[in-house]
Amino acid sequence: MQEYLLSIRGVCKSFSGVQVLKDVQLDVRPGSVHSLMGENGAGKSTLMKCLFGIYRQDAGEFFLEGKPFNFTDPKHALEHGVSMVHQELNQVVQRTISDNIWLGRYPTKGPFVDERRMRSDTLALFKRLNIHLDPDTPLHQLSVSQRQMVEIAKAISYDAKIIVLDEPTSSLTEHEVDLLFEIIGVLKGQGVGVIYISHKMDEIFKISDDVTVLRDGLYVGTDSVENLTIEKVVNMMVGRDLKDRFPPKINKPGEVHLSVKNVTTKYPPIVRDVSFELRRGEILGISGLVGAGRTELIQSIFGVRTLVTGEISIDGKLVRNRKPTDSIAHGFAYLTEERRETGIYPLADITFNSTIANIRSYRNKAGFLVNKRMDEDADKQIAAMRIKTPSKKEPIRSLSGGNQQKVIIGRWLLTQPDILLLDEPTRGIDVGAKYEIYQLIINLAASGKSVIVISSEMPELIGITNRILVMSNGRMAGIVDTERTSQEEIFHLATKYLSNTREAEV
Amino acid sequence: MSNAVARVRRPINAERVKDFLVKNAIYIVILMIILFIIIKEPAFLSVNVFRNILSQSAVRLILAFGVGAIIITQGTDLSLGRMVGFATIISGSLLQRAEYASRFYTDLQPLPIFVPLLIACAVMAFFSAINGWIVANFKIHPFLATLGMSIALYGILSVYFASGDAGGQPIGGFDTRYTDFVIGSTLGIPNLVIYAAIISVIVWVIWNKTTFGKNIYAVGGNPEAAKVSGVNVTKTIILVYVMAGVLYGIGGFLEAARIGSANNGTGTGYELDAIAACVVGGISFSGGIGRVSGAITGVLMFQVISYGMTFIGLDQNLQYIFKGIIIVAAVALDAKKYIKKT
Repeated sequence: MQEYLLSIRGVCKSFSGVQVLKDVQLDVRPGSVHSLMGENGAGKSTLMKCLFGIYRQDAGEFFLEGKPFNFTDPKHALEHGVSMVHQELNQVVQRTISDNIWLGRYPTKGPFVDERRMRSDTLALFKRLNIHLDPDTPLHQLSVSQRQMVEIAKAISYDAKIIVLDEPTSSLTEHEVDLLFEIIGVLKGQGVGVIYISHKMDEIFKISDDVTVLRDGLYVGTDSVENLTIEKVVNMMVGRDLKDRFPPKINKPGEVHLSVKNVTTKYPPIVRDVSFELRRGEILGISGLVGAGRTELIQSIFGVRTLVTGEISIDGKLVRNRKPTDSIAHGFAYLTEERRETGIYPLADITFNSTIANIRSYRNKAGFLVNKRMDEDADKQIAAMRIKTPSKKEPIRSLSGGNQQKVIIGRWLLTQPDILLLDEPTRGIDVGAKYEIYQLIINLAASGKSVIVISSEMPELIGITNRILVMSNGRMAGIVDTERTSQEEIFHLATKYLSNTREAEV
Repeated sequence: MSNAVARVRRPINAERVKDFLVKNAIYIVILMIILFIIIKEPAFLSVNVFRNILSQSAVRLILAFGVGAIIITQGTDLSLGRMVGFATIISGSLLQRAEYASRFYTDLQPLPIFVPLLIACAVMAFFSAINGWIVANFKIHPFLATLGMSIALYGILSVYFASGDAGGQPIGGFDTRYTDFVIGSTLGIPNLVIYAAIISVIVWVIWNKTTFGKNIYAVGGNPEAAKVSGVNVTKTIILVYVMAGVLYGIGGFLEAARIGSANNGTGTGYELDAIAACVVGGISFSGGIGRVSGAITGVLMFQVISYGMTFIGLDQNLQYIFKGIIIVAAVALDAKKYIKKT
């Protein structure tokens, strides 16, 4: 164990009875890049949160240079030379670059912050990393990729022995990725251990020394990159045969139902000139990297975003979705990505949560709501979707993620939609419940509803869709036939417009 | 990476003019009101009026700095008024003339005037620290935490007020050393204005040049980011409230002498004036944003308008209506700046 910079042994963690990590291990050698791979929900982030003391593991040990340790919080980790670049940028955007980089450890001169030193240290750091930015620029004036570079620079500035990079390239341009890899190379030379989390196979094979794969919270295996191929890694990540994870696609796409032409949004994040058609009874997937504009595209169709251009027609008839109420009237339903933030009313019961989108229809002639009809519909939903709950009076918060999601899908079904827009419908749901959601989606399509599914999980898209639209940097990179495509082709399309970020921003 | 974000001079066009108008609408409106007052009553433009406005603003400014920093941390402080009231009673009760008939402490020997000041600051810092501790530890919304404090404090200060030898009579008859110190002038400049200026400088330095100050902005701008960067968020929040308590202590000490008396109702409603001034001065309720100059601008504008409206003989009730509109308009325009367009 002495030769490893960091060793993770037998880490287990469960949340309210659901085991999300089981007996996970990871060893990082000094001066190496160790990639941590796995689908969303495989447990990568949870493992890192245990490492940084944000969660406390139920069992298992961490060793730093052979000595057992447990960080109490991120500050503690930083003090011991372990830093991390988070996937979602945790920055104070109102403040300047140098304020952000030295936050928590401002250099002082007597009682005052030494601004001059902060500035010169920042410039020195940037020079070393070949970043050309004025340290006094407020972060909100930077692009996402510039902010990401700032965050990476910050992590490096701790002179860390171990740096965790969680999807660091999700919004970087090709040139910036090259720059980052150069930086990683330098760090390796200095004996730093890098834990690299990414979904991009080409990156993994380009810079990794070792690869560890997790699946459903389980440790699958570790191997050095020379012994691996993309196929092997995908197999390790996916595990089972794809066919068993997904219900048979019994839906039969018919004639064109929804037609979207030249959708371009007015405000950033920009969606640029997207056109596609959705057939009746079809399940169309939308794939793309974080920030590619997948959610924005759906929101544009649903009337949440202001359009510069764009025509939407249903069965050949032009409709205008200026606001969500228009869209609902036109038969659309939109399941949001953040279930907890924008989907559920956590303290309200299942009846309320499943009827709220359709509440007007429960009024009697005097304008009062009829509880009996609402209760009946709630019961119907619970039975039809096999929602596991003691009663419809249960606050939705006490249900599991999968069951919450079913209630919300049920809510939209009560509005009798024709076109369902589902944004990450299985996020945060355990594997067993996912199958039921897939079944539900396919059944809906088979019953003649048309469905658009956004997902970051490639196997999921391949498992349940008929076609996949790939977004790249706000534009449509292509539509592929699910039967005839491969993960590589989709990955390739997803990066199609990435190198043009700079032009796109100007 | 492109070069440093270029600060290109954009051509003036309709979009930019509109942008400017939206960003500064509240100031434009206020300037128009002031202009109207001047046209109506040119005598408004005099050194005397100017001096009066400045001395009336002094205490308000000190209080606005206290609550302003709290607002930057996404908080608010409804107990400000009672804190100030308590501080006026403490200062007043300890600094009465020996020959005054109904003294609070009949046998009290004259104290050096900084002693009551320090006591007032310490007591307010203590109660304000409780506010901060409750907000930071129990994650209770500052509105509610400080509302509770405000009510409880009214009880506490009323008990103290009633406990005096004069038995709950308004506290007056202040020591001349005290009143001279507060309402006197030095080289023609009102002392209050000098104190406010000194405190402005100190507050500016704290907010902008110390680690604590920068942490206030970080905690207010993105508490999560501050936390993962190793900032002690709890400590920062408690310290912000302590700093506010000290400022309320100073404010109350000055206010008692400025008014010339104190009772258990003194300070009622001051919190709303102070918060309103901060908001008009661009200290945003969304947190992480606000400047010393903003608080100064906010306080001065309010004072100029109230003084001016009284000056031209505008009905008091109409003044309330105007003030109310200005506050809401300021907040609405502030929010408009940060609403993300979709």
